[in-house]
Amino acid sequence: MKHTIIAAGMSVAAGMALADVPVLQVYTYDSFMADWGPGPQVERAFEEICGCDLQFIGAGDGAALLARLQLEGPRSDADIVLGLDTNLMQTARDTGLFVPHGITAPALTLPIQWQDPEFLPFDWGYFAFVHNTDLANPPRNFEDLAASDLRILIQDPRSSTPGLGLVYWIEAAYGSDAARIWEGLSDNIVTVTPGWSEAYGLFLEGEADMVLSYSTSPAYHVIAEEDDSKTAAAFEEGHYMQIEIAGMTAASDQPALARAFLEFMLSPAFQSVIPTGNWMYPAALPASALPEGFDGLIAPETVLHFSAKEAADRRDAAIETWQTALSR
Amino acid sequence: MANRPQPLGVMVWVGMGALALVLALTLSPLMTIAAFGRDGFALRITDWAAIHFTLVQAFLSTVLSLAIAVPLARAVARRHFWGRRLFVALMGAPFILPVIVAVFGIISSFGHNGLIAQILRPFGVVMPEIYGLHGVVLAHMFFNLPLAARLILQAWQDVPQERVRLAQSLGLGHAAFFRHIEWQILRNTLPPAFAIIFLLCCSSFAVALILGGGPRATTIELAIYQAFRFDFDLGRAASLAAVQALLCLVLGGIALKWTRPRNPLGTGLDRPLALPRGGRIAAVSDGFVILVAGVFLILPLVRVLWLGLPHLIDLPSQVWVAALRSVVMALFATAICLCLSLHIALTLTRLKAAPYLEAICLLALVISPLALGTGWFLMLRQITNPIAWALPVTVLVNALMALPFVLRALLPALREAEASQARLATALGLQGWKRFRHAYLPRLIRPLGFGAGLAAALSMGDLGVIALFAAPDHATLPLEMMRLMGAYRMQEAQGAATVLLGLSLCLFWVFDRGGRIYA
Repeated sequence: MKHTIIAAGMSVAAGMALADVPVLQVYTYDSFMADWGPGPQVERAFEEICGCDLQFIGAGDGAALLARLQLEGPRSDADIVLGLDTNLMQTARDTGLFVPHGITAPALTLPIQWQDPEFLPFDWGYFAFVHNTDLANPPRNFEDLAASDLRILIQDPRSSTPGLGLVYWIEAAYGSDAARIWEGLSDNIVTVTPGWSEAYGLFLEGEADMVLSYSTSPAYHVIAEEDDSKTAAAFEEGHYMQIEIAGMTAASDQPALARAFLEFMLSPAFQSVIPTGNWMYPAALPASALPEGFDGLIAPETVLHFSAKEAADRRDAAIETWQTALSR
Repeated sequence: MANRPQPLGVMVWVGMGALALVLALTLSPLMTIAAFGRDGFALRITDWAAIHFTLVQAFLSTVLSLAIAVPLARAVARRHFWGRRLFVALMGAPFILPVIVAVFGIISSFGHNGLIAQILRPFGVVMPEIYGLHGVVLAHMFFNLPLAARLILQAWQDVPQERVRLAQSLGLGHAAFFRHIEWQILRNTLPPAFAIIFLLCCSSFAVALILGGGPRATTIELAIYQAFRFDFDLGRAASLAAVQALLCLVLGGIALKWTRPRNPLGTGLDRPLALPRGGRIAAVSDGFVILVAGVFLILPLVRVLWLGLPHLIDLPSQVWVAALRSVVMALFATAICLCLSLHIALTLTRLKAAPYLEAICLLALVISPLALGTGWFLMLRQITNPIAWALPVTVLVNALMALPFVLRALLPALREAEASQARLATALGLQGWKRFRHAYLPRLIRPLGFGAGLAAALSMGDLGVIALFAAPDHATLPLEMMRLMGAYRMQEAQGAATVLLGLSLCLFWVFDRGGRIYA
């Protein structure tokens, strides 16, 4: 792996004599590149070794990210798209806008085996509803939640990967009964935001009792803010797992550099930023490397997850169910 | 050319060229959309829900705006009070306000955690959630209530004084006065006002983008945007754009047809109007209506300034970059718009088919920006990366959007100049540019300044096509402000709102004032 980086570095150094520093454009979601997100640290670490200019470009949440790439089509400026997930992987592959990475991944620490020619994982986590610890009788399943008068914030599954994750979560737990659950939830939903940042921001402002986020989100409050007032509700149906992925584009004019970045993504320099930067479980670091605040998090007994193929097959119908139930 | 009897011959052809350009810029995207959907337009259940929501919110917004505008216009027409002129001028302000700034002001005034909610909370009153149908309707009322009130007020002020005197000398009571005088005005004013406002509410985008959203509160414009930016379903975007364009064309047609000659009561000697003022109850209710409407219109703007001014100093640099980008784009849009409308106006004043040709320019107003943007996107995609063309397309669409308004400002002045100066100019042998420069231009500078102000302010505050196309790293100021709101960086969003408000009003003022000074 180091050789590739050095090779990329050298070819870059040679190129510098002739031209400016090469630019690697990485399209990602907004919270990844935020000042408090992992973006700035990742940028610094990679630029130290690549001799390039790494630029993160925010393009909304995960699904909107894919749509952005499709809007630009084969003439896109993106070299890397970072921040899709396995639920969108098949759709992303079918666009034909990604190329095989050709990288042999190091030992991964995902709950599942990973083998994919085009995409590599960088972190993972469980979706969960986050609430304040002083919330009386937090719901223990979706039936409870639907029957309660708790005010919840969710994201739009058409633009946001957590929003889509929730649709699959209910789909995986309730199957043909999903429409009934959604109809029950519809009067609990304060608003549907286009991305995760908006919903979480509204939650922190006190606009709702619960927000759809991750089981790891409370760790942020514990570690970064020394605040243990937030927790995630453990649901009896189990929790849906998200694996976040990145891939290199066919349109890239810097394929060697893009490949070097994907290798860097699975190296400790990148991975160690994830727990306290993106507040997710890293894809290639052992659990022993996790910081302290990660101990007290809920650990789902049942893990729900669709394969990329299955998720793609179910997507249209599942979103239609969601839309129809909520437009009543 | 110079020896021909018709003066300005070249200009007519240039003007026809400008008209053809406008037609091409508006129709080619529509044709692209139609071609895209030639396999049949497929609408889903949720699209029908969007159409339904669009019509419901537009109907409610229009009816409520008119219901309040009638007593408001009547109160303003028959009362004299301190600041009356300012009040009437203020009713014109929402037109040049950036929509996102106004919506921001409305949320921070009337929202769940807004100023009113904060005042009422100790009394146990909780303001309802502003997101959804009532938020959309409230925002549309903010823009259209003053528009409706101005339209009705204008009609009210056109009542000949002789008629009022006659009614009084005949001893008509309130009911009879209403039936014979006021109802005659309303009967002629309300239908076109209804059609215009309904059309504006159907094609408004930024309001629905911020206050709507979920499947329960999605308009057609928003559904087009979502089909683009969320689903990347170009077929559905084209279908929805076709529905939107069709709806707008039908509504626009109705609006034009309903616009009868404005004054059903004939003309008088233009004496100042003194409407019967009614008793004490009428005075109190008039005062109440003016006060409530005034607070409703002013509070959001005061809120924006109040919240935003303290944060101007520590605004991030990307806000200032976006502001500069927006100003440059507004200036380009204004230049293009003035150039097109001036040539078109010069042509229209000398052609018999002028009304039909003018209708072409209204097309740009009637067809929604998002439908236009969709068509443009589909055309550009065949040859290039359309995202890279976001800014030029936005400038062009903004120029087209302002065209009908600028034309409306220019045409009367030009016709008047033509009537009063044409013979003299011909007698002096003034031709072409010299004729324009000496005979017409001095009389056009004021409406030109006003038109330029309108075009610049509208373009500065526009949040339509840019949201469809834009790369976030090339944001205009309204888009940057929306991103800050989305990221919940509220203090920076408040600062950006103040900058945007200031720049829009400033651009309008500079051009309008310039026109007055050099006139």
